[in-house]
Amino acid sequence: MKEDKSFLIEELLKIQEKSKLHYIEPEEIPKIAKIFRKSPAEIYGIISFYPRLSTNPRGKYLIRVCENLPCHIEGAEEVVEAIKEYLGIDFGEATPDGKFYLEKTSCLGLCAIAPVILINNKPYGHLTPAKVKEVFRGYMEGEND
Amino acid sequence: MIDFKVIGEPIILKNARKICPEDIEKCMAVGRCSALKKALTEMTPQQVVEEVKKSQLRGRGGAGFPTGLKLELAAKESADVKYVVVNGEEGEPGTFKDRIIMEDVPHLLIEGTILAGYAIGASKAIVCIRCDYIHAIERMQKAIDDAYKKGFLGKNILGTDFSFDMVIERGAGAYICGEETALLEMIEGKRGEPRKKPPFPPQKGLYGKPTVVNNVETLANLPFIIKEGADKFLEFGVEGSHGTKLFSLSGDINWRGLIEIPFGATLREIINLAGGIRHGRRLKAVILGGVSGTLVKSDEVDIPVDYKSLGVIEAGPGCGTVIVLDETRDIVDVAENIMEFFKTESCGKCRPCSLGTVTLCKLIHKIKTGEGTVEDLEKIEKVSIGMRKASFCGLGQTAPNIVYQSIQKFREEWIAHVKGGTNV
Ligand SMILES: Cc1cc2nc3c(=O)[nH]c(=O)nc-3n(C[C@H](O)[C@H](O)[C@H](O)COP(=O)(O)O)c2cc1C
Ligand code: SF4
Ligand code: FES
Repeated sequence: MKEDKSFLIEELLKIQEKSKLHYIEPEEIPKIAKIFRKSPAEIYGIISFYPRLSTNPRGKYLIRVCENLPCHIEGAEEVVEAIKEYLGIDFGEATPDGKFYLEKTSCLGLCAIAPVILINNKPYGHLTPAKVKEVFRGYMEGEND
Repeated sequence: MIDFKVIGEPIILKNARKICPEDIEKCMAVGRCSALKKALTEMTPQQVVEEVKKSQLRGRGGAGFPTGLKLELAAKESADVKYVVVNGEEGEPGTFKDRIIMEDVPHLLIEGTILAGYAIGASKAIVCIRCDYIHAIERMQKAIDDAYKKGFLGKNILGTDFSFDMVIERGAGAYICGEETALLEMIEGKRGEPRKKPPFPPQKGLYGKPTVVNNVETLANLPFIIKEGADKFLEFGVEGSHGTKLFSLSGDINWRGLIEIPFGATLREIINLAGGIRHGRRLKAVILGGVSGTLVKSDEVDIPVDYKSLGVIEAGPGCGTVIVLDETRDIVDVAENIMEFFKTESCGKCRPCSLGTVTLCKLIHKIKTGEGTVEDLEKIEKVSIGMRKASFCGLGQTAPNIVYQSIQKFREEWIAHVKGGTNV
């Protein structure tokens, strides 16, 4: 096997980062498949393996919450409940306006400030159900747009 | 920002957050890249390998494999191309040491990686960093760019005939991609499923070429070993475990963060360095080496965290992750949380692991909710043993570790749940 000029996974991440809804748009698949000499089906198979990659539109704000042990110990469950209640969505769902999408993630290496969530990769640590509302207010009112 | 503390003389975090890594001049003024100069101008690759072997450095990614031996295996192979792969995937819950190395001392890692490349005769390094580590990626990219500008990377490094390139490839967030052969699959643009071993990467690695895969912290030790010499490195730590170790501390302790400390401290000492158990509570247990590691009971914490001492209880320091549980924690709840993680992260390639994690989650949940029987508990033990024996890779083999040990060490608590009572 020969070395490729670029890395497929890295390229897929880049393509996804171009999308405002954090996903790989369907028209991109045949293009990337051609560059890497794979079939579109193979590309779909590869994307589906990696938790960070998605072929489904997510939301303008991708919220990722960690519930692994260090976060769990610090009360991640209550924080998750508060987020779900506040936004009215469950994991794998977007708010009706497509603004927020909620997703579970494994440990983010931020366990020292657990419990942690990421909103479009921006970390919010030491969360409590009360703080959740504060964090989201800025996004709700468009201050963080 | 994650806090860190250094106990004694540091090897890794020496100038961390004192000297900005974005200023390569300042890093060089305090000795950065002097090990590289020494190696390239005064030492043969063979001598670099020998020095690392002499230092007894062991891999910091979890398995503790002797680094010098790994370098030697790859150095011995003859091939047109060889690679160094830097494993910065760091996905073990509770672990954040590699993040801090890449964010705060990226030049140290880069220098160590070039040294490894020189030692084995590689021409290229691929630094794999999980995509979530945005700041680490930025810092590493800047440091790599600066190293090229200074002539530490690229063609004819420091005027010698050694040329070496370095690129970053981001990982897309699968825990299994921290496993070295799965990582190679990911770099090759495939699904990150582990490969059959042997052949091992030093013989047949990336694109079938001899490859050394090392953890970030492991490689960050090389500049010290080369510059100060293996003898100086051996002065750190205790017999069989030399140098310092980074420990990621989280859970029910007063201070959560990273410490660098010479090998030899006991778990109790480490907990005390973290300000002890919070809320004036008592210690229940420690999860050492990550959720695939060892459950250490409160009466076992006087054991030193080194390879030899822990070997007695068939454990090891692993990647240096310490998750502390106080007396109020429900062991069944902890077990369930851990197994949920493995269920999510099982890659699905083999049945013992993909089915085993699902079965264990179901059984643990049943017991947790008071619906389980003693037979269910026995079944958990049976499935755990089966997974350990039959799983294809380390993930499935170690996934039941904590659950199984918790039943051995806290059986009465499990039984209390079985009977429908709640514990503590
Ligand atoms: C499921 C699994 C996950 C792993 N994750 C990591 C990881 O995130 N980082 C790492 O350096 N090693 C990880 N390892 C260990 C690697 O396979 C490999 O042993 C290590 O990168 C070798 O480097 P070292 O000798 O410097 O420790 C993992 C192993 C397994 C089985
Ligand atoms: S043990 Fe688990 S992670 Fe490893 S190959 Fe099998 S299914 Fe995949
Ligand atoms: S466990 Fe949540 S960030 Fe590590």
